[in-house]
Amino acid sequence: MVTIYDAKPGLSRRELLKRGGIGALLVISGSAVISPENAWGLETSALKPETMATLIQMARDIYPHDQVPDKYYAIAVKGHDEQAGKDAAYKTMIEDGIADLDKKSGEGGYRGLGWEEQRVAVLQQIEATPFFQSIRGGLVVSLYNQQEVWPIFGYEGESYSKGGYIARGFDDIEWL
Amino acid sequence: MAASFDLNNDGVVVIIGSGAGGGTLGNELAQKGVDVVILEAGARHEYEDFINDEWASFSQLAWTDKRTTSGDWRVSKDFPNLPAWIVKSVGGSTTHWAGASLRFQEHEFKTLSTYGKLEGANLLDWPVTLAEMEPYYAKAEAKMGVTGTNGWPRLPGNNNFKVLKAGADKLGYKECHTGNMAINSVERDDRMSCQQTGFCFQGCKWGAKWSTLYTEIPKGEATGHLEVRPNAMAIKINHDASGKVTGVVYADKDGKLQEQKARIVTVAGNSIESPRLLLNSESSKFPHGLANSSGQVGKNYMRHTTGSVYAIFDKPVHMYRGTTMAGIIRDEARHDPSRGFVGGYEFETLSLGLPFMAAFLNPGGWGRSFTTALDHYDHMAGLWIVGEDMPRAENRITLHKDEKDAHGMPIADVHFDDHPNDTAMRNHAYKQATALYDAVGATRSFPTPPYPSTHNLGTNRMSEKAEDGVVNKHGQAHDTKNLFVSDGSQFTTGAAENPTLTIVSLAIRQAEYIASQMSAKTI
Repeated sequence: MVTIYDAKPGLSRRELLKRGGIGALLVISGSAVISPENAWGLETSALKPETMATLIQMARDIYPHDQVPDKYYAIAVKGHDEQAGKDAAYKTMIEDGIADLDKKSGEGGYRGLGWEEQRVAVLQQIEATPFFQSIRGGLVVSLYNQQEVWPIFGYEGESYSKGGYIARGFDDIEWL
Repeated sequence: MAASFDLNNDGVVVIIGSGAGGGTLGNELAQKGVDVVILEAGARHEYEDFINDEWASFSQLAWTDKRTTSGDWRVSKDFPNLPAWIVKSVGGSTTHWAGASLRFQEHEFKTLSTYGKLEGANLLDWPVTLAEMEPYYAKAEAKMGVTGTNGWPRLPGNNNFKVLKAGADKLGYKECHTGNMAINSVERDDRMSCQQTGFCFQGCKWGAKWSTLYTEIPKGEATGHLEVRPNAMAIKINHDASGKVTGVVYADKDGKLQEQKARIVTVAGNSIESPRLLLNSESSKFPHGLANSSGQVGKNYMRHTTGSVYAIFDKPVHMYRGTTMAGIIRDEARHDPSRGFVGGYEFETLSLGLPFMAAFLNPGGWGRSFTTALDHYDHMAGLWIVGEDMPRAENRITLHKDEKDAHGMPIADVHFDDHPNDTAMRNHAYKQATALYDAVGATRSFPTPPYPSTHNLGTNRMSEKAEDGVVNKHGQAHDTKNLFVSDGSQFTTGAAENPTLTIVSLAIRQAEYIASQMSAKTI
């Protein structure tokens, strides 16, 4: 669950990052989405930071892995900000897509829906749209192709430099 | 050292493609003293350059030029512009293949006589029998270092194989082992043995798996009779007034069109590109494309009846460790219509890394049903189903009416509909594989849809009679004596087995035929 805290004006990113006590929240401040607890922030240049925060939530709802921290979802969707900076039509598609998502989600918007099931129900309504397909299609590569997430799933990645698995457990199964 | 031939040298054999068919044929001819130019569309990457990373390797090796698709197969919906997962690089798909090297069964050369006429299927007997092919299979196995032949030991079983074997035993399957693999189980042919690295599909960085890239091609080059010209994309085959082919027009590394003259041309660009090239070589004399008086060029596209089953266990498996496909069950490969379909299928171990598992487990899938499967990636075992599919005239490669590639050549459209026999076979295999993993204690199984095709077959098929197919029993075009087909597109039917060993065997046999016909001056 990505909980977003909308920062009060004037609260600097540095101060936010110092306030480790804020917990597992994402904070929108100026043009950035910030995770104070984990000391990372994502600046947006083309998309609204609120849009980016919603994209991060949406990414988690599409491919929910409770053991994967928000940081990796943020990295996985940041390409949309870069693409939006280069392509006005793309930017419109993303901003309109998020606006539509919020509208369909009622008064508090998409991020205001408390349960994953509620948000998934909204995503199912837009599943066939180019917006959704674009987010999901990009995410299936950009999330799972991060080498940093592989150990979380028990995938060991490159093995040639370690001499393969001939002496590292290619046949070590014991429970059969 | 490697030869270098002049564009105007019209004494050379020009081979289009450097994979299992083209690379082997090139070396075999060069060993007999025949001058050969291989035109390869891709770049040359040596095996040290291969990458143990699925997406990065895909960018390095895969044929990603745009194609379109149609038909009821799910690939057309999930991967509309990627019907096939094959290679554009010197060595062709022998860089990417898994190494499974199985002989066809006797009846698989005689499907029309064995299965009888099947509605909606364009079955035909091969003009070749198993008995005729046996000496060439033996030569291919010796050349490729196939385990379980010639006294070479089979590979040791990895974790994924052990799960498969345990399930096979529980189900009472009798023929289960680590396969006949063209992967060195011992050092031989100046190449080292398998180090159980995984990443077989990304190119073997040890060179333990046979690929024309570092076996046939350098051996052919060492004779001084072979030149491999990379980044040379064949566009059109030219012919003279008598209908004999005279040369190949190709786009060179700078995109400039060149023509290499030729005494003989052989096409070995895999079953999508080969018919595309023949169809694109239309002329006033051959308005429907070269070698196409039968109208069969591009038709009868086969891609094997495939699918995968992955299963999750309560304890770790680490299926990705070790040789990807060294594990097979052959009991279902028999022809036994009592199962509700003709022909048979093999079970072979398979694993994908996390990035490709996410892309291929259930393309388009999302949400917790999908992600909880990946959450247990290291507890997963997997197998691949590979069975005989039915040739159908409507399943075919055609030239796109509007879209052209960077060289102005129409792109290929790949149309495929499953035959009811294909569907019945796949469902049978899903059921058996699920039962197999259940028997070992699987807590959840995933009948996984076919991936973009790796076995592309049949689009220039062999036939006894000229009206039934494109080439004769030697892969020689019925219409044009000095034009040959040397890849899997000459398969009359697909059999249940992985095709590479048969492609290599046919290439060895074809080299003998071409050399003898050249000596006899008949071509």
